[in-house]
Amino acid sequence: MIWLETLIQGILLGGLYALFAAGLSLVFGIMRLVNLAHGDLIVVGAYMILIIVSILGINPFVATFIAAPGMFALGWLLQRFVLNRTLGDDILPPLLVTFGLSIALQNALLEGFSADSQRINAGALETASIPVGSLSIGIMPLLTFATAILVIFGLNQIIFRTALGRAFRATSDDPITASLMGIRPSSVFAIVTGLAMLVAIIAALYLGMRASFDPSIGPVRLIYAFEAVIIGGLGSLWGTLLGGIIIGVAQTFGAAINPEWQILAGHLAFLAVLLLRPRGLLPRAVD
Amino acid sequence: MGVGHIKVGTASSRFAAWIASGFILVAIFLPFVAGRSLLQDLFFIFSMLVLTQWWNLLAGYGGLVSVGQQAFVGIGAYAMFGSVILGNVDPVVSILIAGFAAFVLSVPTAFLAFRLHGAYFAIGTWVIAEVMRLGVAQWKAVGGGTGTSLPRSATRDMWFVDGISVLFDVKTSAARDILAYWLSLFLMVTTIAVIYWFLRTRRGLALFAVRDNSQAAQSVGINDFISKLIVYFMAAFGTGLAGGLIYLQKARISPDSAFSVLDWTAYVIFIVVIGGIGTLEGPIVGVLVFFLLQSLLSDFGSWYLMTLGVIGIAVMLFAPKGLWGLFTERTGMELFPTRRQLVIPEKET
Repeated sequence: MIWLETLIQGILLGGLYALFAAGLSLVFGIMRLVNLAHGDLIVVGAYMILIIVSILGINPFVATFIAAPGMFALGWLLQRFVLNRTLGDDILPPLLVTFGLSIALQNALLEGFSADSQRINAGALETASIPVGSLSIGIMPLLTFATAILVIFGLNQIIFRTALGRAFRATSDDPITASLMGIRPSSVFAIVTGLAMLVAIIAALYLGMRASFDPSIGPVRLIYAFEAVIIGGLGSLWGTLLGGIIIGVAQTFGAAINPEWQILAGHLAFLAVLLLRPRGLLPRAVD
Repeated sequence: MGVGHIKVGTASSRFAAWIASGFILVAIFLPFVAGRSLLQDLFFIFSMLVLTQWWNLLAGYGGLVSVGQQAFVGIGAYAMFGSVILGNVDPVVSILIAGFAAFVLSVPTAFLAFRLHGAYFAIGTWVIAEVMRLGVAQWKAVGGGTGTSLPRSATRDMWFVDGISVLFDVKTSAARDILAYWLSLFLMVTTIAVIYWFLRTRRGLALFAVRDNSQAAQSVGINDFISKLIVYFMAAFGTGLAGGLIYLQKARISPDSAFSVLDWTAYVIFIVVIGGIGTLEGPIVGVLVFFLLQSLLSDFGSWYLMTLGVIGIAVMLFAPKGLWGLFTERTGMELFPTRRQLVIPEKET
């Protein structure tokens, strides 16, 4: 029975990792851009929510809605004026620019908010749980997982059902032909990153409500997120969810055996998948 | 028509060779006149230069953008500590063990990492380094997660220390600094020489060909896989040596510091980018700029790192070839030329 509980916890934890990873997967899938600052941008989002909650004294979910346009704008500007300049065949410029951004953001947050741990207060929701048979499942993990499914479903609807999504796919496949059809790749990419930041602020909400955070935790979240994206396969958002679940399950089982092995077990699961299926489990696009 | 021949050297490179020889000579005899703090600063510069040259070879020439070189610094450092503490090996010898340990570990690492390309490679190497950090933290004999110090007896009885102590008439602690300085100088000079030699071999030429135009290179049958593998193994060995040496001087280790992505990869990347990636001169310029920035700004803590990040972004966006690249564009000077020039004698009339 304890193993079943561990398994369920792991799957639900995977939902959180999928939320971290969904924005990354979107950006990576459409423009092959690796954003090494994604984890730090999620942490920026968490501080934005924290500020709004503490100033206005409102519910964190409402605060997320208020922060969302700002986050979209941040992503749009970042892509439009910085990251678009780095796109091309060479993978060095985007890697190095976002790496620089990661270091700069971490230290800007450190300067602004100190190294103290913070937490977004979610009230009674933090400890609430529902009994299922003889198990009890936390509302918060359940809500996280449901949100992850909703976010990925929504993103897929946008990508495959709307004119905007068609522009995403066309630009991803062939930016030159797409621009002949009246699409401006640079504007499309800016919207993609804006959208990724909307997902990031949702991830930030759950990051902040579920555990304490400080300016330095971005890179570790980035690694989990990236593992989920790579396990899932390039360009597949459902694959990213599957990847998140695999990391989550490996971590909770590792922790059940020995608490020190939690992170290690997740990494080893990632390396094992990489060894067997280097292109991921559900690859949609060719690298 | 006369038959042409290939030449690599230039006037500035012959001049640079004289300057470099002079520099090495001065550097060898420097401990006779210099104080301890200068030697410590130079140790830092030389050892960072070793790390940056290897990363530059990987990323700038081999296209292997690794974010996991801290794995080899850490493994080298821990192999050094392990062999000193558990095997009673002399610390100077254990630096060699550090290099070999990193090399041995780089074989299975390469097996995993070389299945990945581009960004996957970057993240994959980072994860592998994290796995090693978490794994080493379980090794209780060298202190587990909290780390440990080199035993005093080992550092006191280290080879050459007594001799240096007598020769310079200084305490053993100062003699250790002089020894570490000489070792770092030797390692730095050998590193640059080996990389320069490698780049001028056929294997090195394959890397240039693929870097400059991979389709054209493939069409004439160049397979750069072996070259990249050699580069990866050499970089692991060299980085491991540097790791062993750096932690011999620090004499205190913990998994978080030895496998620090900030210290051993982030700084290294910034140095190479600011100086100029894909040149041998770039890391030299970069490490000097980095040292200056650090001496001027390190008191400001997070402001300093923020500045470094922003400078890195600005250089990558506006001067992707770095400071040395800007200089070469203006002057055409190359100190370590690697381009082959075809010289055709003028027609006799």
